[in-house]
Amino acid sequence: MGRLTSTINAVQASAQKSLVAYIVAGDPHPDQTVDLMHALVAEGVDIIELGVPFTDPEAEGPVIQLAHERALVHQVTLTTVLAMVSAFRLEDAKTPVVLMGYLNPIEAMGYDVFAEQASLSGVDGLITVNLPPEEAGPLAIALQDKKIDPIYLLAPTTTDARAAAVCRASRGFVYYVSLKGTTGSGGLDIDAVCERVAHLKAQTTLPLFVGFGIKDGATAAPIAAVADGVVVGSAIVTLMGENQASPEALKLEVSELVRDIRTALNASNA
Amino acid sequence: MVSKQLGTNETLTSFPDQSGHFGPYGGRFVSETLMAALDELTLAYDGLKTDPEFLAELGSDLEHYVGRASPLYLAQRLTDHAGGAKIWLKREDLNHTGAHKINNCIGQALLARHMGKPRIIAETGAGQHGVASATVAARFGLKCTVYMGSEDIQRQSLNVYRMKLLGAEVVPVTSGSRTLKDALNEAMRDWVTNVDDTHYIIGTVAGPHPYPMIVRDLQSVIGREARAQFARQHGGLPDAVMACVGGGSNAMGIFYPFLEDESVRLIGVEAAGDGIMTGRHAAPLTDGIVGVLHGNRTYLMQDRAGLISETHSVSAGLDYPGVGPEHAWLKDIERAEYVAVTDEEALGAFRQLNLLEGILPALESSHALAHAVEFAATLRKDQNIIVNLSGRGDKDIPTMAKIDGISIG
Ligand SMILES: Cc1ncc(COP(=O)(O)O)c(C=O)c1O
Repeated sequence: MGRLTSTINAVQASAQKSLVAYIVAGDPHPDQTVDLMHALVAEGVDIIELGVPFTDPEAEGPVIQLAHERALVHQVTLTTVLAMVSAFRLEDAKTPVVLMGYLNPIEAMGYDVFAEQASLSGVDGLITVNLPPEEAGPLAIALQDKKIDPIYLLAPTTTDARAAAVCRASRGFVYYVSLKGTTGSGGLDIDAVCERVAHLKAQTTLPLFVGFGIKDGATAAPIAAVADGVVVGSAIVTLMGENQASPEALKLEVSELVRDIRTALNASNA
Repeated sequence: MVSKQLGTNETLTSFPDQSGHFGPYGGRFVSETLMAALDELTLAYDGLKTDPEFLAELGSDLEHYVGRASPLYLAQRLTDHAGGAKIWLKREDLNHTGAHKINNCIGQALLARHMGKPRIIAETGAGQHGVASATVAARFGLKCTVYMGSEDIQRQSLNVYRMKLLGAEVVPVTSGSRTLKDALNEAMRDWVTNVDDTHYIIGTVAGPHPYPMIVRDLQSVIGREARAQFARQHGGLPDAVMACVGGGSNAMGIFYPFLEDESVRLIGVEAAGDGIMTGRHAAPLTDGIVGVLHGNRTYLMQDRAGLISETHSVSAGLDYPGVGPEHAWLKDIERAEYVAVTDEEALGAFRQLNLLEGILPALESSHALAHAVEFAATLRKDQNIIVNLSGRGDKDIPTMAKIDGISIG
């Protein structure tokens, strides 16, 4: 069993819900990323989702687009991101790290080389935003050889037939994109999400995580009540944009936001 | 020769396969939210493409609204100047709105109406596809939003105003390199958000399946007409067919009906910008690497880390780091050839066609013209080249005037 599954199982065993935090590697500056990852874990984040910067992040809203641009200013490539995970692993052998990105940098590195390097760095899972399972065959094989979990997305528009196929292809967890839109969109319809999540959960034994539009304790708690975990992204990344001048202030604000969400999750699950 | 590389039951015109691939290229690399919309579009198009009523409506609008068939014109003075093969121009510049883009837009607007989508969106570089989209939106009573890089808004201000006159909303895109590729990203983001009531009219033979197929099919009217016109006006087949390649829609449109005529050389002309050696160009088939962008696998301009490079061309419509997947495949199987022409050579051809034929070509099309003149000189006088004159150059007059240091209006 991989680090991702054993972590999720342990959270479930303690009757809690998993909290996943998303940041873009290298944002606002590459020197801060590993430190921020540790800070997230210290505040109760169970799994880190590390965005791999790309020039054309077509599924992202403005907040995360700018994060990609900030990281790219510092020439953060997939190779740099893997080095960051290695550095993180020097002090944290326990917290799963999932990379989230677009296919082209992985293609450029080569599937086998990527799987090998990612595995050596201590990467546990991979979400490739623009790679539906239909196109993922060769990459899935390379990942499987190196015990990296491919995580696919479900959307509000996904039919039941597709959902079954997506869940079959996924390992670790399945990621439900809670709204039609880009990352950071507002106006989450919590009741509709909960209904949909309950419907999807009946169709798979894999843990189901929900992301997009979860920005604080008030949005996280009701969704975590029906899902196995929640992903918080744009709310954290917004703080990166606002606190570029002060790494100290940034760390404090990120820690505070994550602590609030963790507290809300624990309270509603008590 | 080429046919040896095809499997049993495959022909040059039987692609894409069921899953939207042209050999290793094409496919569907999009976020999950769009998969259902692409399935819906595929199903709708499969039903309509042989539907007599749809075809009659399309045909009628192409004739009476667009003004087809566009002429095939023997450019005698250009031919004399080149001193070799006869150069024939397929006059897409004479279409309503001034370029080939409208052929695709009429068809996709009918598709949108059939699917019950009251709103269309489009990306645009030169503004020609934006204008064509805004035009069909007005014609069919659809709402229209056009995404355009803020850089291109500067270079193509005439078309921006024109889209507004047509009632479209033009949204400047300030992310990334602020050109066509970023406009495409932004259009995808809009589509993901408004997928229930919106149809995305991609302006070229790129994007996820079924777009490369739909746009090719709709643009193939260019090649079908040209093939028949040439047979009638001259007899037989031309020796070569040539077109500029941005995303590749005008080229695919004129190539496709000639694919199985193996004696006809198909030549696509990319933008070499400042020159291939400088790296400042927009020629992924000439100097690119295979990768995945905007929903399909194809040749791309990218660095070793897989990041997409900024491109350069004097013509906004060719300033794109990717190219339609069918071109990538035609290049690999050697059914089509691809070359690149610099800004300077294209500007020369632009001036030349004005002076020799009284025709104002688009800067995009001028790339194909520049190569045609050079290539014609290597052929015999009894040979023939058809060049797709994909658009007219009215939109480029401000750019040219600026280059010439002339201030207009
Ligand atoms: C006149 C003209 N020709 C060619 C192009 C390039 O597109 P494509 O390669 O899809 O034909 C454009 C794009 O804007 C155009 O306006």
